[in-house]
Amino acid sequence: MYTKDGQSYFIVDGHTHFWDGSPANQINRYGEGFIKCFYDYHANLSPAEYKWPMEHFERYSEEDMIHDLFEIGYDDIAILQSTYLTDWYVNGFNTTAQNGEMAERHPGRFIVNGRWDPRDGENGLAELERLNERWHLAGVKLYTAEWRGDSKGWKLSDPWAYRYLEKCEELGIRNIHVHKGPTVYPMNRDAFDVADVDDAATAFPGLRFIVEHVGLPRLEDFCWIGTQEPNVYGGLAVAMPFIHSRPRYFAQVIGELLYWLGEDRLLFGSDYAIWQPKWLIEKFVDFQIPEDMQGEYGVLTPDIKKKILGLNAARLYDVKVPGELQVHEPAESGPIGSSPEPTAATA
Amino acid sequence: MTSRDAAWSALGQVRDPELDRPITDLGFVATLTVEGSAVRAELRLPTYFCAPNFAWLMVADARDALAALGARAEVVLLDHFASEEINAGVAALDDFATSFGGRDDPDLAALRATFERKAHVAAQERLARALVGAGLDPDRLRTVTLGDAARLAPDEAAAVARRRARLGLATGYALCDDAGRQLDGERLPVWLRFARTVRVSIDGNAAFCRGLLETRYDLALPPPR
Repeated sequence: MYTKDGQSYFIVDGHTHFWDGSPANQINRYGEGFIKCFYDYHANLSPAEYKWPMEHFERYSEEDMIHDLFEIGYDDIAILQSTYLTDWYVNGFNTTAQNGEMAERHPGRFIVNGRWDPRDGENGLAELERLNERWHLAGVKLYTAEWRGDSKGWKLSDPWAYRYLEKCEELGIRNIHVHKGPTVYPMNRDAFDVADVDDAATAFPGLRFIVEHVGLPRLEDFCWIGTQEPNVYGGLAVAMPFIHSRPRYFAQVIGELLYWLGEDRLLFGSDYAIWQPKWLIEKFVDFQIPEDMQGEYGVLTPDIKKKILGLNAARLYDVKVPGELQVHEPAESGPIGSSPEPTAATA
Repeated sequence: MTSRDAAWSALGQVRDPELDRPITDLGFVATLTVEGSAVRAELRLPTYFCAPNFAWLMVADARDALAALGARAEVVLLDHFASEEINAGVAALDDFATSFGGRDDPDLAALRATFERKAHVAAQERLARALVGAGLDPDRLRTVTLGDAARLAPDEAAAVARRRARLGLATGYALCDDAGRQLDGERLPVWLRFARTVRVSIDGNAAFCRGLLETRYDLALPPPR
């Protein structure tokens, strides 16, 4: 929980990792390139006092994580997202079992999300059932750009992906986090394209699709899908750190998202250990749309911030929030999202 | 004999298809060496995993731009997971089809066209904003011609005209939809609203890529033009 100026904020950190990107765990230059790429994100967008040396970033300890998230970082609950990348890392980057074992040592702190990959076919469906039985999954994280042998990725609209989404419905795994990465082949397609999320969200209205890093670098396509599909949500990992280095850009992004999706469908996530929740939360609570942009984007109220920082994710994950930390008044104005179809500029 | 200035300005015609800016402004040209009629450029990108399709287009476009000077042109991409395949493909004058799957491939052409259209939408949004800032009645945005717009906001209008030329769009209106049709009646406000999101996205990506490139190579790039 974070308290400032008489307002208290219940924090659900919607996107965290307990990874091992160290050289000892790397299989090849792709594994090395991947963690270096993360490190540049970390180094470029973090305040100087939060920058780590590479060795620490590659592999931090469980104690570091508990300290950074819960002791100083204000998180009440953190969602651990699983990312396997077993073609690049010997033991995987962070698997459900690794995350789950750590979570069990800290009861009440973590929600463990599983994962699946449609290329695993029938065996993967059975594995998903086992994962669910063992870890009681409320969500999964899907990484459509993950390499697997000759395959450099997949789409949510693939027939086998639908089999897995059906299985999720059957098992009650309702929160589907989707991470769009840059490395999908064939290379003549747009790897960041979020159109497959649109298809899946239409086909599975009972599931929620949380698009990580709000579709960046395809913010406009994500916003467009958000207006069409009421069960599409935006994870703010990657977007929020701009609050430090480029606050005016952050104001535009959050302004666009609030306009198209509204305040009930945006989820805070630190993407730890790329960024730390402490400074993100402090800066977000202090943040306001610059005056000269308020005519276009309005202002961020404490209630909007409370929803984004925790209440929206708590709703999706059935997390009990103490009554005094809830927001009671309804949203002042609905998003454009559920209104009749506007005409897109580039649709 | 090719001058370095001529080679540099030829590379300045090559744009990142997604960011809609010249690769010379983005800091993507790491080195440029000219010896007689031989020109060699090394390109670098903000991350190891930058989209390989766009990387391939930029390397191939840079090679074409230098070759158009009559130079023996060599362009190589540094520090990218697909460097080897891209460099080999471009050096062998392959098209994307041979290397990965097709430069004349309709999907790749469609990809490029998608980003040309987005760039056009964003440029029009900047123009509309400049026109209203210069005192034009917002209601006139539906009917104002590009010629009249150029008198009020010459830079922004020229930017729109350049993108239209690339798209092969012929229209007299300052603002139009993807098919070149006038944005009449009720269409304009919603169109402008979405166009703003497109512009925010492109500008934001450009700034992020710039920051990542500076971090990756420990650079301080000059401010964007």
